[in-house]
Amino acid sequence: MADVQFLFREGAAVAAPTVALADFGADSNATAVVIQPGEDARALLPHLDRLALVEVTFPAFTDGRGFSTARLLREAGYTGELRASGDIGVDMLSHLKRCGFDAVAPATPLDAAEAETALNVWPQVYQATVVDGRKPIWALRHGK
Amino acid sequence: MYQYDSYDQAMVDARVAEFRDQTRRRIEGTLSEDKFRPLRLQNGLYLQLHAYMLRVAVPYGTLSGAQMRMLGDIADKYDRGYGHFTTRQNIQYNWIKLEDAPDILADLATVEMHAIQTSGNCIRNISSDQYAGAAADEVVDPRPYAELLRQWSSFHPEFLALPRKFKIAVIASATDRAAMRLHDIGLRMVKNDAGEIGAEFYVGGGMGRTPMIAPLINAFVPVDQLITYSEACLRVYNRYGRRDNKYKARIKILVHELGLDEYRRQVEEEFAHLQTLAIEPPLAELERIKGFFADPAWETGLSDEIDLSNADFARWVAANTVAHKAPGYAIVNISLKPIDKNGKAGIPGDATADQIRIMADLGREFSLDELRVTHAQNIVLAHVKKADLFALWQRLVEADLATANLDQITDIIACPGLDYCSLANARSIPVAQKIAERFAAPAKADAIGELKLKISGCINACGHHHAGHIGILGVDRKGTENYQLLLGGCEGADTSLGTITGPGFDENGIVDAVEKATNVYLANKEGEERFLDTYRRIGMAPFKEAIYG
Repeated sequence: MADVQFLFREGAAVAAPTVALADFGADSNATAVVIQPGEDARALLPHLDRLALVEVTFPAFTDGRGFSTARLLREAGYTGELRASGDIGVDMLSHLKRCGFDAVAPATPLDAAEAETALNVWPQVYQATVVDGRKPIWALRHGK
Repeated sequence: MYQYDSYDQAMVDARVAEFRDQTRRRIEGTLSEDKFRPLRLQNGLYLQLHAYMLRVAVPYGTLSGAQMRMLGDIADKYDRGYGHFTTRQNIQYNWIKLEDAPDILADLATVEMHAIQTSGNCIRNISSDQYAGAAADEVVDPRPYAELLRQWSSFHPEFLALPRKFKIAVIASATDRAAMRLHDIGLRMVKNDAGEIGAEFYVGGGMGRTPMIAPLINAFVPVDQLITYSEACLRVYNRYGRRDNKYKARIKILVHELGLDEYRRQVEEEFAHLQTLAIEPPLAELERIKGFFADPAWETGLSDEIDLSNADFARWVAANTVAHKAPGYAIVNISLKPIDKNGKAGIPGDATADQIRIMADLGREFSLDELRVTHAQNIVLAHVKKADLFALWQRLVEADLATANLDQITDIIACPGLDYCSLANARSIPVAQKIAERFAAPAKADAIGELKLKISGCINACGHHHAGHIGILGVDRKGTENYQLLLGGCEGADTSLGTITGPGFDENGIVDAVEKATNVYLANKEGEERFLDTYRRIGMAPFKEAIYG
């Protein structure tokens, strides 16, 4: 498994081994789980408080299901590490962050300078994703 | 019309910087074509048969004189002196160099324009009614809602890698002039019994190889929940839309496979959840946007009389102008389906750089500095005083822009086809020109009246052939271009899909078949019936007999 190259939270990346969603039953002692694009992350909602790591895979960068997965986990109150892994390029980084990911493990390590530029592209944002903590432009316009 | 504030400008400027950096990485080779492709597509840049094509967004089809002028200047500076207006109310340039693309986007940004999300598997440019703000039958001006959706959908981080492209249209009239129900989401703004504004949501329409008319999934989404409801529709689609087959990846297939009730149930569940998150812009934001679209101060005491003593002018007024809601004003359509004095037809939707700049000037002088692009690939000046019509017409005549054929058989919608497009199976433009030339005599076209003819050069249906009263679909049959004929499609309020008549034709054969179909209409029409009405009354059989008999 690829290493975490970007961490947008305090501390170190969670090292616990992940299990597949199918193996993550109510009885399991696992604290880390991996979710594939076709799987329903809402199955995890009853177990969020014992999870330290959810890894969301992007087998192909053109498959954007993981963005919804991340947001709905954060919307449900998940506060542990949320890691994107797989086919990830620098141009996805700011979108991943906005959807609630706080760790990124690209299959191929990214150029650090290019990543830095890409992460700082957007001065503001148009939408409230809520999970990124950013005030959207409409809130700034109306002093919300 | 809408004007950027410093926030909007900063976002578009950031997009230019981002794309400049991506293009640099591509040219230097650190970004592969495979990885660059979705990035350039989301900036409107396609790789076509001969060169890159850039599609520039015209949000809800509205633009100022200065913006129109810039479109002309770009055609000169970076292309071959012309542009092509599209069925999504955008403009595209066919001969672009990759290394120029960031500079073009920078030029566009100086007039508050961009090419954001005009392609790719994301929410595309929002389309609307080209007569918005001028039509007598609208409940409200639909464009403020389209602008609200434009901002929400721009760079939405959750929805930039959807299963497939996603098109939204917003209208606010009973008469549908935007093919609203042939979009992934169509919104019709309505007023309920309490006098409140809300939207009917139609989800799952589209053309392409599996044409479907969008069903109504919610008859009244309140105006302060439009974004939240849209987000729910998109999230269900992003999570469950098919990704195993690109031809089954549009939302229409998901709605069809789940069934309308199940899709609606999932949307309502997601909607209830999202409502707890407060993601909806406040009504004050909608009011701010509405301020830009307030009615201008119409001049009062204007005459509705028009001197029609010039026969050519009279014919143009009859064909190309439409009633305006304010007394003394008219809506003017500039046809981009020209037929010259010798009966030669131009390329549908094309305009030269000079013509684009002339239209910009005319918009400024005669129409409160505002122009519209229509999904039928024409240009509208929405607010022209009737007293100015003759002067305007004379200027249009000088610029070869005064062809009087709106909604007639020569006002043909055609995709770029095999002359430009890497997906096409057959040429569309020459077929459109041959048909237009066959019916070039004004008396011939006038006798037929309203007949919407639409041509696509492949099954992807960019030329809307399913929705033509007469539709033509170009296919490849054993290496030869072949054209199928469809009858009975309609994109309006009574949306219907065309039916194939039978075996296809070669290029000359399809022109003959179209003429035979019009002859059947003329022989059978009753009273004021249009071609479509007669077809619906008498059915396919008489047409088939005339065409193949």
